[in-house]
Amino acid sequence: MRYIPHTEADVRTMLDRIGADSVEDLFQSIPEKLQLRRPLDITAAATEQEVLAELRALAEENASSHTHGWFLGGGAYAHFAPSAVDAIVSRSEFYTSYTPYQPEISQGTLQTIFEWQTMISSLTGLDVSNASLYDGASAAAEAVLMALRVTRRKRVVVAETLHPHYREVVRTYLDGLDTEIATLPRSASGQTEVLAEAVDDTTACVVVQQPNFFGCIEDLESAAAAAHARGALLIVVVTEALSLALLRSPGEAGADIVCGEAQSFGVPLGFGGPHLGFLAARDKHVRQIPGRIAGQTVDSAGRRGFVLTLSTREQHIRRERATSNICTNQGLCLLMATVYLSLLGRVGLRRLAELNLARAETLKSALRAQGLALPFSAPTFNEFTVRVPDSGEAALERALGAGMVGGLDLRPFDAELGPAVLVCATEQSPTDRFETLATCLAGGAA
Amino acid sequence: MTAPNDNANATRGISYEEPLSFERSRPGRVGYSLPELNAEERAALAAIPSDLLREELADLPELSEVDVIRHFTRLSTWNTSVDHGLYPLGSCTMKYNPKINEVVARLPGFAAAHPMQPAGLAQGLLRLCYMLERQLAEISGMDRVTLQPAAGAQGELAGIMMIRAYHEQRGEGRTKVLIPDSAHGTNPASAALNGYSVVPIPSGDDGILHPEAVEAAMADDVAALMLTNPNTLGFFESHMVRIAEIVHSKGGLVYGDGANLNAILGVARPGDLGIDVMHFNLHKTFSTPHGGGGPGAGPVGVVNQLAPYLPVPVVAKVAGPEGERFALDYEFPHSIGRLHANFGNVGMMVRAFAYIRSLGPDGLRRCAEMAVLNANYLQARLRDIFSVPYEGAVMHECVFSDKSLEATGVTTLDVAKRLIDYGYHPPTIYFPLIVHGALMIEPTESESLEGLDRFVETLLTISREAQEDPELLRGAPHNTRLRRLDETQAARRPILRWQAPSD
Repeated sequence: MRYIPHTEADVRTMLDRIGADSVEDLFQSIPEKLQLRRPLDITAAATEQEVLAELRALAEENASSHTHGWFLGGGAYAHFAPSAVDAIVSRSEFYTSYTPYQPEISQGTLQTIFEWQTMISSLTGLDVSNASLYDGASAAAEAVLMALRVTRRKRVVVAETLHPHYREVVRTYLDGLDTEIATLPRSASGQTEVLAEAVDDTTACVVVQQPNFFGCIEDLESAAAAAHARGALLIVVVTEALSLALLRSPGEAGADIVCGEAQSFGVPLGFGGPHLGFLAARDKHVRQIPGRIAGQTVDSAGRRGFVLTLSTREQHIRRERATSNICTNQGLCLLMATVYLSLLGRVGLRRLAELNLARAETLKSALRAQGLALPFSAPTFNEFTVRVPDSGEAALERALGAGMVGGLDLRPFDAELGPAVLVCATEQSPTDRFETLATCLAGGAA
Repeated sequence: MTAPNDNANATRGISYEEPLSFERSRPGRVGYSLPELNAEERAALAAIPSDLLREELADLPELSEVDVIRHFTRLSTWNTSVDHGLYPLGSCTMKYNPKINEVVARLPGFAAAHPMQPAGLAQGLLRLCYMLERQLAEISGMDRVTLQPAAGAQGELAGIMMIRAYHEQRGEGRTKVLIPDSAHGTNPASAALNGYSVVPIPSGDDGILHPEAVEAAMADDVAALMLTNPNTLGFFESHMVRIAEIVHSKGGLVYGDGANLNAILGVARPGDLGIDVMHFNLHKTFSTPHGGGGPGAGPVGVVNQLAPYLPVPVVAKVAGPEGERFALDYEFPHSIGRLHANFGNVGMMVRAFAYIRSLGPDGLRRCAEMAVLNANYLQARLRDIFSVPYEGAVMHECVFSDKSLEATGVTTLDVAKRLIDYGYHPPTIYFPLIVHGALMIEPTESESLEGLDRFVETLLTISREAQEDPELLRGAPHNTRLRRLDETQAARRPILRWQAPSD
């Protein structure tokens, strides 16, 4: 086996030193009757060449933005990643190291985390960020748990326009705790109605998504006002992180915690993971933040360096009283995003966001030209809801027939909406196929 | 130890300085290539009212592609990694990360597939997930496996949620979880997230759990016992079956933390030991890279009794007119629900699948055998230098205390920092908590005999230095770009982001 260096002579030498007769003897502490006395029933080892061929065949069975015109978003976005991102991520100094427990030999990882924290604080308009969480959905759940700790309250108010998978994950995380979840309805405009009476003195937080699951841009100021009037926190969840480059920052609009999914920043779609959960908050709540945080300090010679800090929040110190059970997070995805944001920079990221908006608006025009209606009046970013004449399923089937993954059928997610599709346009969406997509969604053959 | 590439020189070389990216920024530099908007597109930007738009993006740098590549390449040189050499972090299983895994995970059919695309357009991925679930079930002896949890700790959370759902379904309001004092911190934290209170169980003088201790704590209000086998002292819990019987007899379930599964691959299976739920760490046992702190993946295996509670969706094989197809099954009315926005860290699953295919049954068993051989060899050679707090044949890792250092005034931390000077990542230190000044060493199967010998020689040298020149250790590391960092100051006056200098 090429990953294991031992020769039979090595094994003999080592056994002699240990004082054992055979390798088998080393397993004597496992009672005989508990030992597996047969080979595992899995396929025999394959050569590197065979494994590669087998995996290539499996890979070719899947559609992707490389094989189809792509208009599907819904929480994961087909953005272009510059080649430099993978060049850096492929450096094994980064990908074969672990959590930077020993700062003197982990400064590369630690400085990257510090740069990420700076960037995400700036993008969200908040003071501090952590070093990532698993994904946007668990980040939303962790943000809610954080709000419960900060306010010592037990009621959570969640917008119906929060990504349905995220709502499910929040529910899963809260299930074992003594809490209540209430929902905020969607208005006719596609936005969330934050009714003053929905928030009471027992409410820990109000959770809204920006832009929301249907693509609509929410009125965060009203949500913040309604939450703050009763001492609750406003949590803003972002699934399309690129929107942060264009829209007024949630922090500026009054959010107390901003969290979500940063996959858009150079992280591959990868059939849904690994992606990159993020969470940012205000300074006053820093000791309730879940997960790792890097901080600046000095070495014994007074030079600037970075360490993991405020670790008394964490499970390895605080055990059952920790702010979260998270240990391993999404370090390498954080590196991808930090490299990506360094390349795009303050000007490029804004330009890319504008390009996405422009593409989506151009696509809207193409759809309207085919007589399709957009049911919601609220402004949108790079994703929006379009009504289709028959059913979302049939419309998308027609698009697939023309070589396109045309969007997401909304029927499983919102029964009251009628036949509708969530359509997304990014910089990678083929503009020369907009009219064809419109024709397909409108009921015609391509 | 006189060769020109002597190990003591391992960290000597060119050391690059590099500021923060923000400090390298120059207005007007670009690291991207984007098309210009045409007039029509520019007009479309008015679709969002200006009061909803942000001012400017302050703290993002302006850099060329060259700047960015040099910046992160220089940063990378400040890390040590498995590809540099021995990285003996106990309980982390820092084994070699095969390069083919990285190649296959990047195939567009995996890397560019979208989680919401119809199952019919993702048959290869679903097939892979289905096969990996079955491989892990066979390896562990569990009946069913979910791949969804994104890391070991989320796997623990999922496992304890399933245990809770099981008890609730039976109308039992159990409130406690038993956890040995040698457990990882994630265990009690995961139990607490489920609303359970934690009852610590003391390990015996021989470093393992004894049936009497479990019997004394086991009661009708205990939902589960969580344990790690082999445990964090490196010992196999040989009373496992009796302990599981005690827990089961009072209606409780047994959770197995699979962090140390590498030691028993193909030798013994958690499912045969009485464990009802366990998690795997694909980033430990199955060679997926640790990535500087993730992403990992924490699949969970369960016995049939707990299968109704698995997180949704579940990958299902269905027979159809065109042969077998793979689908996502949401029809689990008793499911604990969803833990991830999608299906978990699929990229890690692809890598783990490639690893299992590369090793096969014999290769997996060989991993366990050589990992255990390496740990026993280290224990045999190091016991003259460091104190062994618990005697016994170890499995995948060996733990030492700081007792032999006491007279010198040198601490475990000092030894760890001095190891850095010799080019090693230190072992896990001060864990498990029940060992004073613990030094927890897991060499894994990736290390060769001569590699281990060099490591032992280095520790011998350090031990001698501790006697002769303790200050040398207290001031270590000396060869790194930065010296010991002030963690107290970092926590006392937190600086958690860069601030632009005010003009």
